[in-house]
Amino acid sequence: MGEVIVITSGKGGVGKTTTTANLGTGLCLLGKKVALLDTDIGLRNLDVVMGLENRIVYDLVDVVEGVCRIKQALIKDKRYDGLYLLPAAQTRDKNSVTPNQMLKLCDDLREEFDYIIVDCPAGIEQGFKNAIAGADRAIVITTPEVSAVRDADRIIGLLEANEIRKPLLLINRVRPVMVKKGDMMSIEDIIDILAIDLIGVVPDDENIIISTNRGEPAVTEDKSLAGQAYRNVAKRIMGEEVPLIDLSGQDGFLAKVKKLFGFRSA
Amino acid sequence: MFDLFSRLTRRRTSKDVAKERLKLVLIHDRANVSPQFLEMVKGEIIKVIQHYMEIDEDALDIQITKTESEDGEGIVPALVASIPIRGVKNSGK
Ligand SMILES: Nc1ncnc2c1ncn2[C@@H]1O[C@H](COP(=O)(O)OP(=O)(O)OP(=O)(O)O)[C@@H](O)[C@H]1O
Ligand SMILES: [Mg+2]
Repeated sequence: MGEVIVITSGKGGVGKTTTTANLGTGLCLLGKKVALLDTDIGLRNLDVVMGLENRIVYDLVDVVEGVCRIKQALIKDKRYDGLYLLPAAQTRDKNSVTPNQMLKLCDDLREEFDYIIVDCPAGIEQGFKNAIAGADRAIVITTPEVSAVRDADRIIGLLEANEIRKPLLLINRVRPVMVKKGDMMSIEDIIDILAIDLIGVVPDDENIIISTNRGEPAVTEDKSLAGQAYRNVAKRIMGEEVPLIDLSGQDGFLAKVKKLFGFRSA
Repeated sequence: MFDLFSRLTRRRTSKDVAKERLKLVLIHDRANVSPQFLEMVKGEIIKVIQHYMEIDEDALDIQITKTESEDGEGIVPALVASIPIRGVKNSGK
């Protein structure tokens, strides 16, 4: 029986879709059979982040309405064995699906897959209720900013009210140089405030943008720091204990240039 | 003394400000999200005070506000209750 994990945040644009793509692909690289579920009906994005936008025939709404079978709507990612995407409908709205239908869909997918990763839309309305309906676990994404952390706190309360206990925290877009200067809240600061367990810390990394441009998740790139962070998140989800990567000294343009020159002249 | 000195000279970074504002706003958010919260606190306060005083329960007002902290470290949240007293019982002695 597979496990359904919803990726949520409250505030928009903090990295839910990026995390869904990278965690899902990361779990697949560890040998698991994974379905990615885009529940952002009307604003689908997971397909383009995964580079699978040209292969969509049916979508999630078609499945719940019985227009097609689940198997027909699941897009097989040919690059990674065992990775599938169920895209959201683009021309419908969030009310086209009910929480009960989502619950049923998740239960059906559980039979076939080890992990079902659900990309939740921003907000706390119908789309959120749909996305969490079938979830066993939740990962709450925040960035180190006041508004994102505040919304994360609200989401944590709502998840617990909906019987999704012990949500896990992923802090995205951390900039160590700013943290060091005292101009960005640190990991400790955020955990202190939200008081939930940490599943990972992902640095702000231009590789995310580059890989999103290409439609290939950064988790597949050895050299990407964000990719490494997501590989660790995938391992932790599977129960492995992995220390946080040391982000200090890794970032900063100058530090990189210095490193490069040091290497060349040596 | 030394501690005071280091406190005064320590620069308050923007993340300190962010954290302080967040803590404050979350106390409001969390209290407001559950409307029962303040009602529960109110009920308990009435119970305790009634041992000693006769109070006007209906006029009891309780809210979460902010106040300047004693040590000048900035704004902190505060629970403010206004409880009209009708009379004091004699049994407290
Ligand atoms: N660690 C990171 N480093 C750099 N850029 C990032 C990082 N994480 C996300 N981004 C960028 O931030 C933007 C928003 O990310 P994403 O679409 O994943 O957020 P979202 O939470 O799904 O947004 P929405 O609420 O609109 O669904 C994207 O352009 C993405 O490339
Ligand atoms: Mg998204």
